[in-house]
Amino acid sequence: MSGHDYHDHDHSELTETQLRVRALETVLTEKGYVDPAALDLLIETYEKKVGPRNGARVVAKAWADPAYRARLFKDATPAIAELGYAGRQGEHIVALENTPQRHNMVVCTLCSCYPWPVLGLPPVWYKSAPYRSRAVADPRGVLKDFGVSLPKDTEIRVWDSTAEIRYLVIPMRPAGTDGWSEEKLAELVTRDSMIGTGLPKQPKDLK
Amino acid sequence: MNGAQDMGGLHGFGPVEPEQNEPVFHADWEKRAFALTLAMGTPGGWNIDMARSARENRPPGEYLSMSYYQLWFAGLETLLKERDLVNDDEIVAGHSLHPPKPVKRTLSPGDVAQVLYRGGPTERATNTQARFKVGDTVRAKNINPLTHTRLPRYVRGHEGTIERVIGCHVFPDSNARGAGENPQWLYTVRFDGRELWGEGADPTLKVSVDAWEPYLERA
Repeated sequence: MSGHDYHDHDHSELTETQLRVRALETVLTEKGYVDPAALDLLIETYEKKVGPRNGARVVAKAWADPAYRARLFKDATPAIAELGYAGRQGEHIVALENTPQRHNMVVCTLCSCYPWPVLGLPPVWYKSAPYRSRAVADPRGVLKDFGVSLPKDTEIRVWDSTAEIRYLVIPMRPAGTDGWSEEKLAELVTRDSMIGTGLPKQPKDLK
Repeated sequence: MNGAQDMGGLHGFGPVEPEQNEPVFHADWEKRAFALTLAMGTPGGWNIDMARSARENRPPGEYLSMSYYQLWFAGLETLLKERDLVNDDEIVAGHSLHPPKPVKRTLSPGDVAQVLYRGGPTERATNTQARFKVGDTVRAKNINPLTHTRLPRYVRGHEGTIERVIGCHVFPDSNARGAGENPQWLYTVRFDGRELWGEGADPTLKVSVDAWEPYLERA
């Protein structure tokens, strides 16, 4: 492929992978099975367009708009589609409500299932063995790795995404945000708070 | 299969290490492997369960030694070779050496947005009745199929409660083998932490999996 530069020379075993990926792309292109322009568009979509800012808009709307919140917890897929987010790896979405009594955390122990339309592609740690192995057995230990500590009596509810249902955590709205616009509220919503490994920012965290 | 992909409850992998300001991809080849996998789904004709099976169906040591996108790429090579869409000699040569196999369609740039927006819903109409209802106590069966399954080992043999009747969904155990979608009722089944991990478990822990009816029996 011309027009793409293959950097990452740090690991020699990766160089072999780089060459093999490039070779396969050439073969598939020559055979007419793939159009490199379509590949570029797929990459651009997930690098630039689809990401956790989408999910943050959903959460902020759920915080600010009680009617939307009700629709979201009744059936999240159409409620999220109202904002234009739908499709691949988000065909069937369920929203999970964090409360003072219950904290939700999402994992895929078997692979890397993740709600792409609202969070984008998963970070490396979400797909990694440490997270996949420990989230279901020691979630408080995992939270500690993220610097999060919850009250001893809070129920920890872990959702293992073993089917095509994708889960989006709706964290609790931070105090001191009365009257905030959805746009400003969305700035408090972190990716990790929508997976359940983090909490939203507090008003004092915004510059 | 009882492979290395089924990680719930394993020990020894160390702490979770989040990366600050992590990029979506860490190398250009990851982008291309990702995009090739998505794009080849159109002419390749495989389903998501076949793709997952192709990634995980390898010796545990090999699975654990590969990065995420290396697994994706290895899975893609498997799927392509199984269907004679690509031969090994071509990957070595870096060029097409054999005439292309006719394919029904390919992914054009103009189709990308629509194909992604449509996705691949797995719910199917049914005239069967769900066997279980919310609140029922069930046991995850002790099954150990050699082929693809989505019932993790850590819940097998354990009792849980039906929390949600989700609907009738494509059954991966059939779909991955090319044995048809064979839709089955799907449930969210909630387990108590102590039921799964014993008396030492966090008493506040509850874990759920989404399990198809053939994975479950009445407890």
